[in-house]
Amino acid sequence: MADILFIGLSLGSILLLIALGLSIIYGTMGVINMAHGELAMIGAYTAVLAGKYLGIGLIGSIPLGFLVAAVLGLVIERLVIRRLYRRIMDTLLATWGIAILLQQAIRLQFGLSFFGINIDGLGPGLQSVSVPAFLRDPVRLGDFVLQPYRSFIIVMTLILTGVTWLLLYRSAWGIQIRAIMRNPEMAAACGIDVRRVGALIFAFGSGLAGVAGVLLAGLKTVSPDMGASLVVDGFLVVVVGGVGSLVGTLISAGLLGQISGIFASVFNDIAARAVVLAVVIAVIMWRPSGLFNFKGR
Amino acid sequence: MSVSRRNLLKSTVGLALLAGPAALPFRAMAAGKIDVGVLFSNTGGLSIVEKSLAAATLMAIEEINAKGGVLGQTINPIVEDGASDPKTYNEKASKLVIQDRVVSVFGCYTSASRKAVLPVFERRKGLLFYPTFYEGSECSKNVVYTGAAPNQQLSNFIPWIVKTLGKKKFFIVGSNYVYPREMAKISKMLIEAQGAEWVADEYLELGHSEWGAMVGKIKNSGADVVLSNVVGDSLIAFYREFRNQGLKQETLPICATVTSEIEIAAMGAEYAAGSYTSFPYFQAIESEANKSFVERYRAYVNDPKAVTHHAMESAYFQVYLWKQAVEAAGETGVDAIRTAVAGQSFDAPNGKVTIDPDNLHCYLTPRIAQWQADGQGKIVDAFPEPVRPLPYVAYGETAENLICTAKGVDSAKL
Repeated sequence: MADILFIGLSLGSILLLIALGLSIIYGTMGVINMAHGELAMIGAYTAVLAGKYLGIGLIGSIPLGFLVAAVLGLVIERLVIRRLYRRIMDTLLATWGIAILLQQAIRLQFGLSFFGINIDGLGPGLQSVSVPAFLRDPVRLGDFVLQPYRSFIIVMTLILTGVTWLLLYRSAWGIQIRAIMRNPEMAAACGIDVRRVGALIFAFGSGLAGVAGVLLAGLKTVSPDMGASLVVDGFLVVVVGGVGSLVGTLISAGLLGQISGIFASVFNDIAARAVVLAVVIAVIMWRPSGLFNFKGR
Repeated sequence: MSVSRRNLLKSTVGLALLAGPAALPFRAMAAGKIDVGVLFSNTGGLSIVEKSLAAATLMAIEEINAKGGVLGQTINPIVEDGASDPKTYNEKASKLVIQDRVVSVFGCYTSASRKAVLPVFERRKGLLFYPTFYEGSECSKNVVYTGAAPNQQLSNFIPWIVKTLGKKKFFIVGSNYVYPREMAKISKMLIEAQGAEWVADEYLELGHSEWGAMVGKIKNSGADVVLSNVVGDSLIAFYREFRNQGLKQETLPICATVTSEIEIAAMGAEYAAGSYTSFPYFQAIESEANKSFVERYRAYVNDPKAVTHHAMESAYFQVYLWKQAVEAAGETGVDAIRTAVAGQSFDAPNGKVTIDPDNLHCYLTPRIAQWQADGQGKIVDAFPEPVRPLPYVAYGETAENLICTAKGVDSAKL
């Protein structure tokens, strides 16, 4: 039983890792960022390349992945999102386009295959990142086998959630963000630079996606299309949790993770997927704006 | 008298079309070169493997041309990109066969792509040389199959697992599509024939990479061996999760039908060390022919660390089988090549290969390798001689009682 709960916890932590950045971007800017999974993919490739060329291990790649994805996020915001502000369907399509661009760019080895230049570690091939030795071998506690790397992901997710919470609820910047979430016009009228805060939030959310990518690189295969499925799962969490609610995102990630872990272990992974989607449908029928939401906006 | 321009055009085009196919061999001869198609994915998700197949094919063509070509003519490869998409495969195959009037095409990796191009070759009378190990149950007279048939991967593997490794309880796991399901079906027959049992037969979606729950199930199933038909990138996550959950290859080995040098290189050799795979070819085969093949391939792709693998080796030697068939036939017509390729033998890097005259599959030598910490297989078992291919082994086909014969499928026996 402990095994199953641990799998659920691990699945939940991965969901939360993805959903965290999506949730604050959607909550603050009303932008559904379809390129979120691809930003995670960029983070994963950052870890692969850092390992290959700079000799930086997985843990050292975490801040690097954050930085690369955040800068890329800022560029995307400047070039595209900014021009489509408050047009939710347009941003959806635009970010989806960006997702495809990023995916194919990696597949084409940054477009360089046109010139016959290959970068080892990029391209259509499968990559993986090796996990540091102390996180590799499982620890036996009686009957229960503790997987150090999955535990590491859980701890990292909790730390990132904590950082995000501090940022939102214990900083001057956070007050501005929360004001924008409630009512952007009123916030602007009070002298908050909505666009600047929006840009920074987009960069921060993208950075979180980058970290998620680095951490997943130690667990899964790094490939150009690894991001596509992540963004869907992330959105399920955001929708169930309620827009812009950190607590909601946390609880819904935990809930969906456990449901998926239990049903996958008792029946199989395909049934688990169906059950998760059924739960999501039930929740949005019962509470259209998610489990946790606030009035206003 | 009013012959309209349109009607004139129509009849001219009609005439040209009529004359086209008949005039083809002469046209090809006159140019002093023989056009062949090379159809693999150079882009998209499958290109990691398929690029190596295309490279091996082109290398063989280059080698043959350097030694004077076929019937005194050079081989001219027309390379098309299937883009990892069955629909694109179909279009490109049509282009090669109809527009370029190519008779022989070397191509396809997945079963999905082969099924997509099959109607083109059957209707338009082309010949496809297909290099991948596959699930069997196909008997087309327009395909020459040079990869392993299911019996060449499994009929030595399962008895070996039971007898040599002493394993009795199989956990069968695979990706959810036709190849793993057919392989599981055949495995179960063989497992039961050995007096062993299978405790589970589970599938995950293609490309799924969350293995936590499945590996947990394997751990609690009481199985003492895992038979894996998992493919692609989800395979890598599988081997990693297996180790992360503390399962040991020494006590609960993974015995795989798909895991090749390519996947081992991508996952990190330490995760697969100790597990087994069954294929007719491994890079580690200790023969001069193979060492020279690996060296030539590395030089050809200009990568001193490039790995060679089963489907790729087949992609290489099938070009030589085609060349011998063309030389034996003395011409490049479909029927002539098909008749001549039956029974052709060639000394491939894996040993002697022969095309079965009945089912146009290939005699190959089954081998079992144990993966080592350096990412190479150590061959622990090999058949003393090449084994006859039996694409319908799932339906009880044996060497004495063929279901797929030169006349086609004997449907009475299905």
